[in-house]
Amino acid sequence: MLQEYLPLLIIFLIALLVGIIAMLLGYLFGPKRPTRRKSAPYESGMVPYGPGRRRMSVRFYLIAVLFILFDIEVIFVISWATVVRQVGVPGLIAMAIFLGLLEVAHLYAWKKGALEWE
Amino acid sequence: MDAGMILEWVIKSVVMVLMLTGGFAYVTLFERKVIARIQVRVGPNRAGPQGVLQPIADAVKLIFKEELTPAGADKKIFILAPLITVLPALTVLAVVPLGPPLNLFGRTVNLFLTDINVGVLYIIAITSISVYGITLAGWSSNNKYAMLGGLRATAQMISYELALGLAIVGPVILAGSMSLVDIVDAQRPMWFAVLQPAGFVLYFIASLAEVNRAPFDMPEAEQELTAGYHSEYSGMKFALFFMAEYIKMIAVATIGATLFLGGYLGPFVDRFPILGPLYLVAKVVVWLFVMVWVRSALPRIRYDRLMALGWKVLFPLGLVNVLVTALIVVLVGG
Repeated sequence: MLQEYLPLLIIFLIALLVGIIAMLLGYLFGPKRPTRRKSAPYESGMVPYGPGRRRMSVRFYLIAVLFILFDIEVIFVISWATVVRQVGVPGLIAMAIFLGLLEVAHLYAWKKGALEWE
Repeated sequence: MDAGMILEWVIKSVVMVLMLTGGFAYVTLFERKVIARIQVRVGPNRAGPQGVLQPIADAVKLIFKEELTPAGADKKIFILAPLITVLPALTVLAVVPLGPPLNLFGRTVNLFLTDINVGVLYIIAITSISVYGITLAGWSSNNKYAMLGGLRATAQMISYELALGLAIVGPVILAGSMSLVDIVDAQRPMWFAVLQPAGFVLYFIASLAEVNRAPFDMPEAEQELTAGYHSEYSGMKFALFFMAEYIKMIAVATIGATLFLGGYLGPFVDRFPILGPLYLVAKVVVWLFVMVWVRSALPRIRYDRLMALGWKVLFPLGLVNVLVTALIVVLVGG
């Protein structure tokens, strides 16, 4: 049953191995002569000031929350898509209602300005 | 399940990973050559005839570069981030059939690593993971450019993932299956790009944004963010990010060709199965050429317009496309 997922595990391990080997090559052959100036954060040659991790705009959180909402919708759509022929017209009507409701939410977020960047 | 099958899977996995890393090296050369020609330059031509050894020279140079870790960086995440980015890129093609079954060494060999019945879902899930790598890279660098680049990349990739997911629904409806093997088989009468023109265009645009390619390369806009999320990375760690980006280009091109352009199908492919992989490679090369062409022809799109395009145009268009496709399939019986 889960047998066809075993190759995925194998390729994951091999891909991980390739990544680790690549990083080890750089680690083994690259020179390591850090100085204080060299390891300062790069700011186009200016002396860096302030912390590197700043507070971020709330817009990014908003986009992330909206994404979760609508991505779950896409997952439902995909699982319905495989059986469109079997469920026929009733399934189509149900899906149209579901998508319609979510489109109302999308329009609401749009009109509220959640999708604007200024 | 026996030792022979496990050996077959290991060999296929190694071949696939090596093909992708080799393909990555030559896609960089391909891109530099094509862009050079478009800009009336020659491009790299010193290392080997016509510059064919340039990728190897680049790799050797990157191996011998000093790797810097910026002060104040979160070291564990800083090292982990390139790995998290490159892993999904190398594994996403595991469910894509690269050709019809071949007779090799007296046994039938399927030219895919595995055929799971949720192949499309696997692709969507795996491509999402690379978002983590990019976000963590930007966050752990303790650098303002990297942080901004990482945030932009995250917001952009998750926004376009919606459109990408909806674009993929079209072929799934037409084929009635999420398995990539079934989707290719369902395209024997006609390519899905013909039946799904809107979905095809949607997939192309969304996939450009998903792999941060021009004109959607805001996360690494050189003029304002130096290099975006990988500003602080050097040497092989940088090479891994670069590798992930180009392998993801190959991956979206291969998946796009499989979903919309008939995958390995082509004339005489049933009589000579060996032609299958060649057709697929030809389609992928054409797709990559268009991606490079778009990069050299179009200016970068402004960030607010990019988000507006994703949320206000592509996402509703994707929804309409899904409903219209389903309506036609149900009513006409397509």
